[in-house]
Amino acid sequence: MVAKGFEKIQDKWGWIFISFATIFLALFIFYPLVYSLYLSTFSTKGIIKNFVGLGNYKRLLQDNYFILSIKNIFVILVIQVPIMLFLALIFAFLLNDPKLKLKGVYRTALFLPAVTSLVAYSVVFKMMFSTEGLVNNILINLHIIKEPIRWLLDPFWSKVTLIIAMTWRWTGYNMMLYLAGLQNISQEVYEAAEIDGAGKTAQFFRITIPLLRPIILFTTILSTIGTLQLFDEPMMLAAGVTTGSSVGPGNSLLTPSVYIYNVSFKYVPNFGYASAISYMIVIIAVILSIIQFRVAGEER
Amino acid sequence: MNRKLTYAFIYVFLTISAFVSVFPFYWMIVGSTNKSVDVNKGKLTFGNQFLENFYKLSENFDLGQVIWNSIQVSLCVVVFSLIVSSMAGYGFEMFKSRGRDFTYATVLLTMMIPFAALMVPVFRLMTFLNLIDSLWGVILPMIPSVFLIFFFRQNFQQYPKEIIMAARVDGASEPRIFFSIIMPSMKATYAAAAIYAFLTSWNAYLQPLVIIQSQKNRTMALFIANLASGYQPDFGLVMMAVVIATLPTLILFFALQRYFVQGVLGSVKQ
Repeated sequence: MVAKGFEKIQDKWGWIFISFATIFLALFIFYPLVYSLYLSTFSTKGIIKNFVGLGNYKRLLQDNYFILSIKNIFVILVIQVPIMLFLALIFAFLLNDPKLKLKGVYRTALFLPAVTSLVAYSVVFKMMFSTEGLVNNILINLHIIKEPIRWLLDPFWSKVTLIIAMTWRWTGYNMMLYLAGLQNISQEVYEAAEIDGAGKTAQFFRITIPLLRPIILFTTILSTIGTLQLFDEPMMLAAGVTTGSSVGPGNSLLTPSVYIYNVSFKYVPNFGYASAISYMIVIIAVILSIIQFRVAGEER
Repeated sequence: MNRKLTYAFIYVFLTISAFVSVFPFYWMIVGSTNKSVDVNKGKLTFGNQFLENFYKLSENFDLGQVIWNSIQVSLCVVVFSLIVSSMAGYGFEMFKSRGRDFTYATVLLTMMIPFAALMVPVFRLMTFLNLIDSLWGVILPMIPSVFLIFFFRQNFQQYPKEIIMAARVDGASEPRIFFSIIMPSMKATYAAAAIYAFLTSWNAYLQPLVIIQSQKNRTMALFIANLASGYQPDFGLVMMAVVIATLPTLILFFALQRYFVQGVLGSVKQ
């Protein structure tokens, strides 16, 4: 009897402790999510609201801007995310070596970009990559290129700039997560491999990558979601570069988040349509995460 | 490959990478001391425009107000978010029940939802609450952090349960156990969480962009974005603003780096 009473009180305290967070989450995540689904069945122009059912979703599939924005982030997903995660893995692997000196300095230096604000670093990169700017100067002085590259004025190069910028900002962050994961792998495993004559490359591919698989999956999902929400960087890199409503040259930097923002706040606001786009993004995020879980699970 | 050669190669690779990582910071500081033209041309050496840029920035814009707005937002988010998230992490970890495990799973799932997807309803909600163009409208949605709840729960897993049991036997109430025994003894965890919450709120852009409308309520990120996207911006001023916005995060990071690394390591360790 006494034990039961204790459990009941414990249960009450459990709910009390989580209540504040739950209320906030309900108000600012669950409610918006449900409301957004409801709103996505309407076409709204200012205060005029017409029920259109699945009309917004049908319109989406034929909306070239929406399709382009999806294509744009898939390029990032397929190119930037693997490069960044691979680099982060290499850094973590190298810095995990107990024989390496200056570990702390390297770790701090590589992690430093992760404390900058997305707006601030994008602005700095925009200036470094201006046509008459720093990066072109360096490349010309090193005789790597003859003519300045029009980094931000060309649809192809603007994506390259975005990829370079994002890799700079996020590699150290992911490295930190891998380093944390590597703490759980005993150094003896590496010592044994070394005695068996395994080189650094073999150790990296045969030990580090397989043992870090759960964290690699975690970071892949985080990066996927991060890419799907990409907003600050394209907004800053594109600002003032082109005239009109194009986000980057030829809309090369248009992402779904930027598009949602423009549909909701920049053009004649259509909250209903914006909500439909939002839902597509949520659905894509969930599908990609499930695929990644499956792939990681199968390889085991 | 020869072992020594391998290490030489590793050091060269790491040094170049570290240089690339740190270089934009150097260039940003250099930029804040130069004229707009020089920044645009990619000048690499310090100039003598530092004070000039600072005066121009603080005279032409309400710089103090902008910084104060950002400080208010960040402080509130850090304090409330830490209390709310650590309580939730503690609740989920220490009082296990099926209902709460289910709630936790649901909470974790919401990590997958991008803010852009919530932008419109949050804007409508804030309109309804009359919090458009108010700092509270920026602060409130940033308080619930799924990541921090997860982070705190992971860290509480390592807390010795015997201490809590002993305190219960001594007749301490549950809130007392949490606030006066657990909280003070988890400084590293709280410090790491504070850095995380500070960085997210100080650097937030999209959320204030949607909520804030007037000049006087702008935060640092909005200010920089505005300054940099105008017609023919003064790049020296932009760099100065970037330096001012980045400095606090750098100081905080270096001051609390030990805790931060510990905190991150603690949360991934299982």
